[in-house]
Amino acid sequence: MTLPPIAIIGFAHSPNVEGTHGTTNGVEMLIPCFDKLYAELGITRTDIEFWCSGSSDYLAGRAFSFISAIDSIGAVPPINESHVEMDGAWALYEAWVKIATGEVDLALAYGFGKPTAGNAEQTLALQTDPYTVAPLHPDARSLAALQARAGIDSGAWTEADMAEIGARTFGGSVDELLAADYVADPLRRHDIAPYTDAAAAVVIASERKARELVANPAFITGWDHRIDSPNFGARDLTVSPSTSLAADTAFGDSDRAVDVAEIHAPYSHQEIILRKALGLPDSVRINPSGGALKGNSLFSAGLQRIGYAAHEILSGNAETAVAHATSGPLLQQNMVVTLRGRNSGGQN
Amino acid sequence: MFRGLTCILCPILERVLLEDVSMSVTSPAAGSPVAEVPEPKSPILTAPLINSFDYTRSLGPVLSRFALALRDGRIVGSKGSDGKVSVPPVEFDPVTGAQTTEIVDVSTVGTVTTWTWHDAPSPGQPLDKPFAWALIRLDGADTALLHAVSVDSPADMSTGLRVHAVFRAARAGRIDDIAYFAPGETPETAPANTGDEIKGAEEGRVVIKTPITTEITHSATEEESVYLDGLKKGKLIGTRIGSGVDAGRVYFPPRGVSPADGAPAVEHVELPDTGIVTTFCIVNVPFQGQKIKPPYVAAYVLLDGSDIPFLHLILDCEASDVRMGMRVKAVWLPEDQWEHSIGNISHFAPTGEPDADYETYKDHL
Repeated sequence: MTLPPIAIIGFAHSPNVEGTHGTTNGVEMLIPCFDKLYAELGITRTDIEFWCSGSSDYLAGRAFSFISAIDSIGAVPPINESHVEMDGAWALYEAWVKIATGEVDLALAYGFGKPTAGNAEQTLALQTDPYTVAPLHPDARSLAALQARAGIDSGAWTEADMAEIGARTFGGSVDELLAADYVADPLRRHDIAPYTDAAAAVVIASERKARELVANPAFITGWDHRIDSPNFGARDLTVSPSTSLAADTAFGDSDRAVDVAEIHAPYSHQEIILRKALGLPDSVRINPSGGALKGNSLFSAGLQRIGYAAHEILSGNAETAVAHATSGPLLQQNMVVTLRGRNSGGQN
Repeated sequence: MFRGLTCILCPILERVLLEDVSMSVTSPAAGSPVAEVPEPKSPILTAPLINSFDYTRSLGPVLSRFALALRDGRIVGSKGSDGKVSVPPVEFDPVTGAQTTEIVDVSTVGTVTTWTWHDAPSPGQPLDKPFAWALIRLDGADTALLHAVSVDSPADMSTGLRVHAVFRAARAGRIDDIAYFAPGETPETAPANTGDEIKGAEEGRVVIKTPITTEITHSATEEESVYLDGLKKGKLIGTRIGSGVDAGRVYFPPRGVSPADGAPAVEHVELPDTGIVTTFCIVNVPFQGQKIKPPYVAAYVLLDGSDIPFLHLILDCEASDVRMGMRVKAVWLPEDQWEHSIGNISHFAPTGEPDADYETYKDHL
């Protein structure tokens, strides 16, 4: 696929915290992100030609809650704005498409959520099949545990493999972690991301604008998102065909031995599934940010993965990167974006 | 006349300087993408926000048959073009996308393909004691169904365990007509149905109700908290925006930043409980929950010294007497009834003063 040269040029997120004082409309967490990006890029809000957000009314408990977040932007003179009821990663995808059309050169995508305001385990049950699953109100982590055991039973991974990821994320030794009690058998505390509140924002630009604003833009070399059946009882839960498909498109013929990968896996075993589906060799640095396992910031965790992957390039720590974002129960929908630095532009 | 009045009112506008409402950004580490969120300067008010809603769901031709089978104590699946049987049935062929036409009976006995232990059941879940969640592949099916398995402890669970469906007596055509699964090979006949007649059953177009609830601790913004605390004390507090499009303008209710351009507020302003009607409508239509007998007036009231009108009621006069520019004053509930609510003001009533000139409020419409 030939893509127009478009690059990520800025990323900021509020701390992933277990309980922000802020509102569910995200304003308190978003304003510092925007201020930081304006200052770092030397732009003002009116330089942004397109805004797109990702958030959920189900977390806020009210309709059109994302409209209040516009307060943190300011809408005079009128702004060009859109919203997705998904992780901010999908908002960024829309911004990328918007720039690819040639309509705008500079866009900002943001995502925010305050899952600690409610019972996220139960709220997430509402995204399952409304006829045959949601009436049972299954907890999100119970579903994840079904997936984890399926992998253990099949020999695809072990509890020790999962604990290794827990140890990398939270510290401690594998043996120590395995000595802990189950939270949702076979998941232990270190296998489950705590729900955290956060907002994240990413600035994306056409090549011309990107080169004007930063020294080392993180050029997008491939981007795709795919979906598996919502009927998870019909899926092989130990693999992620949609991630594999998206990765095939995003990587194309390019080398998968990228410098860094940011993977959106709120449960330890999901990182194992995703890493395999992405076809990443052992040399790749996985989740230097700590990943979503450290904090499951609903509706911004995926955008944070893309932001962190780009940040590695923008800050000169990596030349190539891949980011993954997920949405829906048990890795139902998956996005893969590949990035490259230097002056290689978008032609790869 | 009205312009003069604004000046007369100036001395009573008590100004409370905020220490520092600008959102300063401190980087935790050089080059870090983390943008610190400043702590609030005053207490944040919170309140429970519980939304419950009975979704009415029309099941369509395929899932209606699944629902009616459950009602009858049976379980059915859909047969795909590849011969595979999906349970629950799927509306469209997973391979070809064609509409499902073949529905087949499967056993109410099956095998656990994966499971987890659930210690702390929530309301609405199948069992109110600790239980196992499991994916269960019923005999005759090629896909697995999510449900609860009732056993005493995780030691009683294993992948490969044979289980059978236990139906409840009152069945509604929902997945929870199966109360739970229990260990054992032997099918258990469903008890006689004691449930109400299912809507749409006769036409094969079943309608079910699926109640959902979200429980949220709603936090007010810092400015809303100051506003609500003020109301509790009978005070009307707004904020003045310091710069940008709204420089000098006073918002009531107060805002932390201008919604026009994000410029921060710089001070709190206590406002009088008098103002004018900028625009209004006469409510003639009765609706559920209406507290006042129509016709009555809902109006935008611009408090003296503020720049944004807010919605309230105009009473104590004929609806037909309400005019744009009419001077009004708040009528408060008795002090012992004051809450953290704008409802502490029962309504606004005409003061009898001369109307404001259109020129004085034309920019606030």
